[in-house]
Amino acid sequence: METEFTPLWSLGGGVLIGLAATLLMATLGRIMGATGILAGALMPPSKSEFAWRAAVLAGMISGPLVIFALSGAMPVVQIPVSISMLTLGGLVVGVGVTFASGCTSGHGVCGMARLSPRSLVATSTFMLFTGATVFAVRHLWGG
Amino acid sequence: MRIIIAYLAGLLFGIGIAISGMANPAKVLNFFDVAGTWDPSLGLVMGGALLTTFVGYRLVLRRAGPWLGPSFALPTRADIDLRLVAGAALFGVGWGIAGFCPGGALPALGTGRIEVFAFVGALVAGIFLAKALQSLGQRLKHAAT
Repeated sequence: METEFTPLWSLGGGVLIGLAATLLMATLGRIMGATGILAGALMPPSKSEFAWRAAVLAGMISGPLVIFALSGAMPVVQIPVSISMLTLGGLVVGVGVTFASGCTSGHGVCGMARLSPRSLVATSTFMLFTGATVFAVRHLWGG
Repeated sequence: MRIIIAYLAGLLFGIGIAISGMANPAKVLNFFDVAGTWDPSLGLVMGGALLTTFVGYRLVLRRAGPWLGPSFALPTRADIDLRLVAGAALFGVGWGIAGFCPGGALPALGTGRIEVFAFVGALVAGIFLAKALQSLGQRLKHAAT
């Protein structure tokens, strides 16, 4: 499935993600990592540790709804894989990000911005493995 | 106040993810499909986010602490261990299969698409599974010593 190159929207969206990470650090002193925030909300060490994470998650989920309210259209979500592959991928992602203590936002954005050596290693590793998996699925396995 | 700011930070993140294309698996997978239907958009998302955070953190972390909390909660570990590398590799495989990463999928829940709920449900199951494996490993290690 072909998709159109969207340089302005993608760069603009990236800047918003960076502003969100900066805002959360400036105010609560926390890393804007989707994995850490989700896992911490599922298994909170205390009530107050749950509350801010739940609020961030609620904000994230409101994102498309606010876009819908402003533009009259939901953001485009095209899913070129089957629901069983999505579920398998979700399970593997969940195990992986827990062992790696972070994902694209926690390691790839926040950790890389701090020049953390663990995040540099994690990010280069997952980018490489994602690329290899897409190549294998689309060009070797899928033919 | 903390809750309102946390919500706004999440909202800003969610809007950024949604307009950038990170919540769209077709675009995400095409970024990695250099040999096929390549779409370089994701590079600009990550580049824009990283550059903004790099500058933002430099301004913020100069201060003594955050406005609404006691101190900056920054990870301090610097060791590269097998868990980190193997976990990141597994994450990459899962991301390549599904096209969603956690930060892309959570805002995508807001679109109400059933497929996103399937991914996030499996993601949550994977997190619990890994936590269970970790505590099992701790217990075995503890029993061995």
